[in-house]
Amino acid sequence: MNKSKYDVAIIGGGHNGLTTACYLAKAGLKVIVVERHDYVGGAAVSRELHPGWTYSNCSYVCSLLRPEIFRDLELSKHGLQIIPYEGSASMLNDGRFYAHYQDHDLTYRSIAQFSKKDAEAYDRFGKDVMRQCKIIKPLLKMTPPDPTSFKPKDIMGLFEFAKYFAAKDELGGLGEKEIYDTIRFWTMSVRDYLEEYFESEIVKVHLAGSAIIGTALGPYSPGSAYVLLHHYMGEVDGTVGAWGYARGGMGSITKAMASSFKSKNGEIKASSPVTKILIKNNKSYGLVLENGDEIYADKIVSNLDVKRTFLKVVEEKELPNDFYKAVKNFKIRGSSGKLNIALDDLPIWKSIPEGDPAGTGDLHITQNIEEMEGAYDDWKDGKWSQFPYVDMCIPSINDPTMAPQGKHYMSVFIQYVPYNLADGGWTEEKRLEFGKHVMSRIGNYSTNFNDIINHAEIRTPKELEAEVGLTEGNIFQGELTMDQLMFNRPVPGYAQYKTPIKNLYMCGSSTHPGGGVMGAPGANAAREILKDLNKKISTHYI
Amino acid sequence: MNTEKISYKKPLLETPFHERTFEHCFANDWYRWAGYKVAKEYSSTELEYTSMRNTAGVIDITPMHKYEIKGKDAKSFINKLITKDITKIQSNQVAYGIWCNEDGMVIDDGTIFCLNENHYRIFCAERNLNWFCDTATGFNVTIEDISQSIAALAFQGPLSCKILNLLKVENIENLKPFHFNDFNLEKHNVTISRTGFSGDLGYEIWCDPSQAIDVWDSLFKFNRDYKVLAAGMNALEMVRIEAGFIQPNVDFMSAEQALRPNRMRNPYELGLGWLVNLEKEYFTGKQALIRHKENGPEKKLVGLDVEGDKPAVGSVLYDNIKKNQAKEIGIVTAAMWSPVLKSNIAIGFVNKEHYNLGSNVYAEIYHPEELDYRKIWAECKVVKKQFFNNPRKNAIPALT
Repeated sequence: MNKSKYDVAIIGGGHNGLTTACYLAKAGLKVIVVERHDYVGGAAVSRELHPGWTYSNCSYVCSLLRPEIFRDLELSKHGLQIIPYEGSASMLNDGRFYAHYQDHDLTYRSIAQFSKKDAEAYDRFGKDVMRQCKIIKPLLKMTPPDPTSFKPKDIMGLFEFAKYFAAKDELGGLGEKEIYDTIRFWTMSVRDYLEEYFESEIVKVHLAGSAIIGTALGPYSPGSAYVLLHHYMGEVDGTVGAWGYARGGMGSITKAMASSFKSKNGEIKASSPVTKILIKNNKSYGLVLENGDEIYADKIVSNLDVKRTFLKVVEEKELPNDFYKAVKNFKIRGSSGKLNIALDDLPIWKSIPEGDPAGTGDLHITQNIEEMEGAYDDWKDGKWSQFPYVDMCIPSINDPTMAPQGKHYMSVFIQYVPYNLADGGWTEEKRLEFGKHVMSRIGNYSTNFNDIINHAEIRTPKELEAEVGLTEGNIFQGELTMDQLMFNRPVPGYAQYKTPIKNLYMCGSSTHPGGGVMGAPGANAAREILKDLNKKISTHYI
Repeated sequence: MNTEKISYKKPLLETPFHERTFEHCFANDWYRWAGYKVAKEYSSTELEYTSMRNTAGVIDITPMHKYEIKGKDAKSFINKLITKDITKIQSNQVAYGIWCNEDGMVIDDGTIFCLNENHYRIFCAERNLNWFCDTATGFNVTIEDISQSIAALAFQGPLSCKILNLLKVENIENLKPFHFNDFNLEKHNVTISRTGFSGDLGYEIWCDPSQAIDVWDSLFKFNRDYKVLAAGMNALEMVRIEAGFIQPNVDFMSAEQALRPNRMRNPYELGLGWLVNLEKEYFTGKQALIRHKENGPEKKLVGLDVEGDKPAVGSVLYDNIKKNQAKEIGIVTAAMWSPVLKSNIAIGFVNKEHYNLGSNVYAEIYHPEELDYRKIWAECKVVKKQFFNNPRKNAIPALT
């Protein structure tokens, strides 16, 4: 039996696991990342699943990755580049399209085609959302204070938290109104929120998309407005809310992180599924791999979601009852599907002219909020949506590395697809039928789409779970609802990256501030671990 | 619904004068204004500026936002919207006014044209359709954005009336400041108001877009004797600073657009208290404005007469220049060397201890000098914002 000893062993080489690993290695610790697959990346991967094409086959666009992390880990030096979006569009059934562009004046005119009031209200909306982003941004980097604790660090943390709301310079001294707005924004439905600004259906539905991506909530569900905010708080070079493509696909992010980690003497053990965390006397001390090997480490960090960590690799008997129950009840519902399509040519859209920048960003075909809610209703009934919301893009237009010359790669994210089908569960046949259904929906908006499909990878929540290990295929490692955010994420009392098991930590998106390729949970976890080890590093983030 | 076809290749609108402005714009230097393309500099900012102080300059102000307010409650709607009492304004009169949010923070300023008591037009710098529509709740009015259906030129300068006279615009010399009327300008019937942004004698001409080119050409008709120049945005910025006019999102953040609440400003801070009538019945922001007036402004937008000749652009203001003791007490929002006044002038915010006329403050000026920056401490005297105020501006009959 192989035995080796590390300061820290990290289970799972997703972007958060790698982020934690990088910071800890930077602090001089002996760190190993143990990964199930023969490649790292978790849900931020680029894979050649069809010869010549690179698929960002899980996550597909980048915005939330904290720039401080980008800098600290020297991701540029390790090969990462982000290409900003040029626009986005929703295609209408009547042959028109609704578009946003980088050019603010052009966006105004585009919206004004549908409503002058909405074109103007878009600025109001943008300002209000931006204000909320500014409130949230510093919170992302914070370890959530425990409001029930009287420990000095928690009291200080709550004080810090309160300070942001009263800060004179950073936020310009938020008044009562802005604090009311924050509470409303965090609890409202996105439909109600957008209704306060806009009159045109296409404007509302175009914007509402961000509130349902990855979440088992509909546009009418309370709490969905927060998810919109979650998707807006990223940035590309200081443009808050902007999205971009990672050149070479999302795997470029984790490849760069892995390279950065290795440059700090980090060790990655691939093709090594962890079957068990070794625990003695309520303290973790090592891992057992599928092949029986054991790895010993002073600290164990799990990048797996909280359910997978505590229901699969930690034995039940080691856990306090309440904690076990809370983990079992953690909401992590699969609701998203994905198509990765190799195209022999560029799709010709019936509405968007070739070359229009709006066609190079995220594209949508949902016509109104009712249709979107209907898609959610289907999910509740255990069916895939008859009229699904799709978030599709063709990264190969802007990224020359994704497809052979003259050919293209298209990523189609689909909301909603249930983890379990009401009529007897997923079969291979149903999976293909689901894929066909989505492609035919998209085909309605194009004159050549159906003829240029060379290959398609069709993924339901089942495939996402099986491949990436995300429970039920939930992309956020747990719903982003108020009951599971901040000091409640993932479980009340355990929001500070620690667990009931001594020396066992969490660093995945199940922890604060949640999902998306952000890196903040990983970096926050690293900070907590370093604190416990009395180690200090000086970086932009920590 | 708007059926105008848009294309990403042409993100900006062209005004109805574009054919002419394009011809005159030798510098090919353009500026974005409210989604339109307007000339920043035609050929020489200095000469364009001089035309407005010496002869007359023509500025395409079509991009200005224009709103039509109609209905039997038009007057009471406007009285709820703005801080001054509109009932004192008669038909064919123009009011300069500001509107605030419920917290008494200024959203925008503009000119309000009274066509009759059931019909007004508001011309302003920022988009206000949503704010106006929100305010209109409960009033019997319709509010329409008519920005694209009126072409507009500012015709500013000491010869502006003379040239209109030569063009046989009847009785134009007797049009009083802040009044407007319909006139025949050669073959077209247009609206002319004695208003403007230059602080000098000047007019604004409002016409149908189809008449635009003719109107433009008329103004240049006597160019051999009286040289009229097309003036760009740079020149306009100069005359407006000299006149002491302030601009939202340049001198202060519009309350509708400020991200940080402490960047919003009330009328007293902007030196616009004279536009607030606290005697009139309820209007938006009244309660807050009563409070703001009582408390007095913490800081105020003032004019600054700056020592030396280096413009104090973006300068931080201090109370003294003693090392390690200088306290920041304000900031410059607009600054220039004034050719007509031969003075170094600026507009800026100064705090309570220093905003009274005659106070002294110090500007920290970084002056670029052959690839190097020289740091200059310039003494500034707090003065009235209206630096340039020639009596011909308000003379009746106007100078011909």
